[in-house]
Amino acid sequence: MRNKALILSTAILSLVLMGCPPKTGETGGAAATTDAGGEILVGEFGSLTGSEATFGQSTHNGIMLAIDEVNAAGGVNNRKIRVLTEDDQSKAEEAANAVTKLISQNNVVSILGEVASSNSLAAAPICQQNKVPMITPSSTNPRVTEVGDYIFRMCFIDPYQGEAMANYLTKELKLKRAAILIDVKSDYSTGLAQYFERTFTANGGQIVGKQSYSKGDSDFRSQLTAIKAANPQVIFVPGYYNDIGQIAIQARDLGMSQPLAGGDGWESPKLIEIGGKALEGCFYSNHYHVDDPAPAVRTFVQKYQERYGAKPDALAALGYDSAKVLAEAIKRAGKTDGPALRDAIAQTKGYLGVTGLINLGPDRNPVGKKLAILEIRNGQTALKGIVDPNASAGAAAGATDTTGTTASAATTGTTGSTPTTGTTRTQ
Amino acid sequence: MQTLLQNLLNGIASGSIYALIALGYTMVYGILKLINFAHGDIFMLGSFVGFYAGNFIAKQNGGGSSPLSAALVMLLSMIVCGAFGYLNERIAYRPLRNAPRIASLITAIGVSFFLEFGGQFVFGPDPKFFPTLIDKHVIQFAGVVTTNYQLIVLGVAIAFMALLQYIVYGTKYGRAMRAVSYNFETASLMGIPTDRVISTTFVIGSMLAAVAGILYGLSYPKIDPLMGVMPGLKAFVAAVLGGIGNVPGAVVGGLLIGIIESFVGGSAYSNYRDAIAFVILIVILLFRPSGLFGKYQAEKV
Repeated sequence: MRNKALILSTAILSLVLMGCPPKTGETGGAAATTDAGGEILVGEFGSLTGSEATFGQSTHNGIMLAIDEVNAAGGVNNRKIRVLTEDDQSKAEEAANAVTKLISQNNVVSILGEVASSNSLAAAPICQQNKVPMITPSSTNPRVTEVGDYIFRMCFIDPYQGEAMANYLTKELKLKRAAILIDVKSDYSTGLAQYFERTFTANGGQIVGKQSYSKGDSDFRSQLTAIKAANPQVIFVPGYYNDIGQIAIQARDLGMSQPLAGGDGWESPKLIEIGGKALEGCFYSNHYHVDDPAPAVRTFVQKYQERYGAKPDALAALGYDSAKVLAEAIKRAGKTDGPALRDAIAQTKGYLGVTGLINLGPDRNPVGKKLAILEIRNGQTALKGIVDPNASAGAAAGATDTTGTTASAATTGTTGSTPTTGTTRTQ
Repeated sequence: MQTLLQNLLNGIASGSIYALIALGYTMVYGILKLINFAHGDIFMLGSFVGFYAGNFIAKQNGGGSSPLSAALVMLLSMIVCGAFGYLNERIAYRPLRNAPRIASLITAIGVSFFLEFGGQFVFGPDPKFFPTLIDKHVIQFAGVVTTNYQLIVLGVAIAFMALLQYIVYGTKYGRAMRAVSYNFETASLMGIPTDRVISTTFVIGSMLAAVAGILYGLSYPKIDPLMGVMPGLKAFVAAVLGGIGNVPGAVVGGLLIGIIESFVGGSAYSNYRDAIAFVILIVILLFRPSGLFGKYQAEKV
């Protein structure tokens, strides 16, 4: 009886694990039709709760700021836009549920969302199938827009980002030995690590250790112990902010003083709150910096602070840009059916957003976006350099090539140094 | 060699937390033949009580941290979890004492969901940061780096395991527990208050889970309402590995799982770290279902 009960328990347990109960939070209203003259319904899905909650919250704030501005100015084509928001709890399966609901029940004309690439990848095939254009503000994995011709993005992609960080570490900081710590559960993390490694080794660097963890782990000591034994000069951790803080703390506990480096997944007001002093001297690449003197950034930061009482992060800026680009496209299309709207979004050229000039290329990714390298100093992020492919001739052409083989603009400029070319602003 | 020792030390520190949780599984199974799936979530509850109590005490002290306030936080968490364990048994499991075992099992899963999603509702689904109850120091010894936290985790875990060993084998209550575990009907015929013994077992198990919750919060300060799921499952594997129903077996199983995970995590196969516990579960169920320390009992038909 004893063993039977045990095996039975295990069987039940596995059933329970397979079928976690679905739950969706709704902040929008009841379903409405999109008849001419009425409101235009736009769906948003995001991680408003769960492990990457600040991603979704910031993006939502950015989108709402943009849409309210559009509506205050009279809407588009004399119709107001209404955003219906669904929470995916930072989970891919919930993202698929949320998007299915927005499309089939709420009949939205377009979908805005996600930050985490795994969640965007779960939603994209549903949008493609239903011919509803989807714009991801900040999923950087190249595969997201490869899903189909209805999927667009507003940010740079990982080959570009991985290359920029690898260039910065090898050319500016002259580092030769790096270790990589990957979140195996995340498409973003595995992709970015791969592109980083390619450029880092191509620049003459050496990857001395490669370890993995799963999103949500709390104990990273064993992986860090292995990395410590390999003695790298820098540890590249392309993860999300929630795990980064803990990884940094545990690395310092193990007596490791190397800087950590990462990508835009670090961007969150919570990052430094979690990691504290352990993150001093660490770097990450980002879509924009809040202290950027560009006029578009200054206006946005001021409006955002007035409304939310906090500094906007990059995800808020990209949410804002995405919503603005969508509103613009709806205006140009003059109607809201899928194919017309898709064509209008695809024609987005020369839109000056908060995160720089947005020109959508034939692969539905923006061409030649700016990238900021940030360093954490005294509990704040400081701008170390900007990569701007548009400012240097010829570099913009292949900046978003998904194969990652083209040489895009090099990162230039470090703190205190004078700008070497016109492409760089230093602070 | 240093890496080996470092991994061993990390494994023992995380393994002792698994062991504390596994003790709760194994005690309840030993006495009721019930896998209390809510146990991992009681561990979560313990962490959250520690979070609120720790922040409250820190506010009263003006942000200071001391071993005394840490002990106070742990005691409070044990009391709350013990009370919850008692209510859990009294309300959810006792009415089903004579029902088929599957009914209690499904109830246990229900209680688990109640705690997980109730926790998301009450505490909020976002991760929280466990307060620093004691100042952290890095200690270097023979090329191995540790923190006073790891040593505290180890010390406290060993102390509570020794205490449990004493309760089970050295007191009258422990004898009653063992009697109920051996044969429920006969024990009640001999005048042992079985209901009270079962309640006590739940209270003790839940208190150990609370201790584990505080130690976990101290070492890995990110806590959220679903944090109990993985450690709970791994502790369950640890209990099965050691021989479920067997107290020393749970401790050995917990430490083994912790050490194996640490070595896998530090190897080139670190992406299989979570899988390894479940591979162990499958292997044990296939080849030695009674666990390392369990006795095989032939089933009478």
